[in-house]
Amino acid sequence: MRDVVYLAWRYLAYNRFKTAILVASITLIFYLPIGLQVLVSQSADRLTARASATPLLVGTKGSPLELVLNSLYFESETPELMTYSEIERVARDGLADPIPLHARFRVRGFPIVGTTLDYFQFRDLRVAQGEQMAILGECVLGHVAARELGVTPGSSVTSSPETAFDLAGVYPLRMRVAGVLEPSDSPDDRAVFVDLKTAWVIEGRGHGHQDLSGPEANSAVLSQDEKNVVGNASVVEYQEITPTNAASFHFHGDRSTYPLTAVIAVPRDEKAGVILRGYYESETESAQIVRPDFVMEELLETVLAVQRYVVAAFVVVGFSTLATSFLVFVLSLRLRRREIETMIKIGGSRKRVAALMATEIALVVLFSLVLGAFLTALTAWFGAEAIRAFLVS
Amino acid sequence: MGFFPRSSLGRLVVVIVSVTGLFACRPGDESATEGATQAGNLSVITVNYPLSYFSERIGGDAVEVNFPAPSDEDPVFWTPNAATIRAYQEADVILLNGASYAKWAARATLPQGKLVDTSSGFRDRYIAVADAVTHSHGPEGEHSHTGTAFTTWLDLRLAIEHANSIQDEFAQLRPTESVRFEKGFASLKNDLLELDGKLDQVFSQVGDDPVLGSHPVYQYLMRRYGLNLKSVYFEPDAAPSDAQWVKLRALLVTHPAKRMLWEAKPLPETASKLTALGVESIVFSPCGNRPASGDFLSVMRANLKNVQLAFMD
Repeated sequence: MRDVVYLAWRYLAYNRFKTAILVASITLIFYLPIGLQVLVSQSADRLTARASATPLLVGTKGSPLELVLNSLYFESETPELMTYSEIERVARDGLADPIPLHARFRVRGFPIVGTTLDYFQFRDLRVAQGEQMAILGECVLGHVAARELGVTPGSSVTSSPETAFDLAGVYPLRMRVAGVLEPSDSPDDRAVFVDLKTAWVIEGRGHGHQDLSGPEANSAVLSQDEKNVVGNASVVEYQEITPTNAASFHFHGDRSTYPLTAVIAVPRDEKAGVILRGYYESETESAQIVRPDFVMEELLETVLAVQRYVVAAFVVVGFSTLATSFLVFVLSLRLRRREIETMIKIGGSRKRVAALMATEIALVVLFSLVLGAFLTALTAWFGAEAIRAFLVS
Repeated sequence: MGFFPRSSLGRLVVVIVSVTGLFACRPGDESATEGATQAGNLSVITVNYPLSYFSERIGGDAVEVNFPAPSDEDPVFWTPNAATIRAYQEADVILLNGASYAKWAARATLPQGKLVDTSSGFRDRYIAVADAVTHSHGPEGEHSHTGTAFTTWLDLRLAIEHANSIQDEFAQLRPTESVRFEKGFASLKNDLLELDGKLDQVFSQVGDDPVLGSHPVYQYLMRRYGLNLKSVYFEPDAAPSDAQWVKLRALLVTHPAKRMLWEAKPLPETASKLTALGVESIVFSPCGNRPASGDFLSVMRANLKNVQLAFMD
């Protein structure tokens, strides 16, 4: 039997171009429907897992998908901002615990997520290195963000301006890295977490500056009376919050009007969740409340509908490819008639020659199966991440 | 015979039991954590001593109260370092005074779910500080930095409301101990009401007579007992400057007070100078920080004794 396998192998190796085409064709017949199935089911699992772990999301009325993608994956466009007063509304009557989110800014492409410590408890995120953030201007990074940005506890990161030419917009804020989180295999790994108040400082709602009442600030004072000091544009605003200037940081205006991108609502129980959703039913309501799992299911239903058409197309193409391959084998046998006759003349039995031909076909199919399995495994490893990136882009 | 069974079925059973056990004991198990917390004492941390005292009286042995401000600092202006803020983060409940007390809390990362503003029930009765300085610069226009008077507990009826808020929070977190908390609160309320009645009795005799405060910390005391009180900016442990004496003399012309309330005993030379001006020094400690001896109630009783001696002569 080894001689038959050897001869089959030598034949395939000699006709490597034809063999490669056959292997590629049959591989694709196996791989495309199975790989697509793996890709979709894995992506669905990952997307729905995070969505299912987030009971309710409150945001400004608009695209529910955009709200969910921004709040759960910190990707996609920033949804229209809502006010901090929504927190009190969510917490009203003790129906739910609100967790605010402000995911608008970035540090070199990594999302800055302004939130409270409740978020870490909610997502079961633990600090692996360093410590939890404690004061304004500190941040905690997901392990991928820390690795990619090359920072460790004690170093610092700087928020990026929203646009390169945004000279009059938000000031970049230098933030001290307090800690790095344990890997969570979730979008939290790529996030730069800051206190919500720090996010508001980046947004310009709060700031720290030199003391205008001191003599050293005379050049920055436009006018002064007993109760009011008016500064000019040269007032030095701090770009980093340090223990020495932290006390000078303050916020202006009514905090209930400060911006949020979303609020995660964790209802006390199912009934409380239903009542809370009822609060947002009105037509005139400017906010929306969504169940992220429903939103992701809707998205996935669309993906699955497309998948069904694609698989059907693959099956048709697969049959035609198999028929072509069969034709190739049959034609190949006819072309090789003299070679087969020679093998018989030199003593090869018909049975032996048939076994040789069958082994060649079996080897081609085997190579195709191995290659198809390898591609399917690659899809299983990297496909979900690829489709997530595709969906949110 | 080894510890593990040798048969395939036995190995399978061991694996299933081990994996099940592993998941049952994982650190994030909510039921296990909740059970442990429920069984332990309630960990309470406060931003000033009165809240700490009220918590101890209400919670008794069921709570562990921590008030980390150093004894030589005024808690209202104290700013904890990052390590102390992390201690605040670890507590089960963080009791805030409200009324712009402990401004550091607005700049710290604290778990929102654990924060309890014990004066939120009487926000409408906060006293705004009238003489605060505002400033403005840049495109945002005028910045209002007006503040709020913060020694709310000097109105002992508001102190009872602080305590009531603490009791509610404790009962919510430890429903099984609610009877103990009710008893603790009732006892504290009795003591505070008794003190309030006696202070009312003393201050009612003061009538509209002008009184001075060494520092603007007596706003709630003034409002509760209808005192005609104006404050200067004297520190008990520092001699007032010449300018401060000039301002006081000018004030005495329009507000001819004969008594000045002090947060602590003033320097002897300051007291002598005041006596020369016809102003008697009376210690009425707000007791914002833990006293060197005694407790909140004993300090308030000493305050009562001081004002009784001064005003009921």
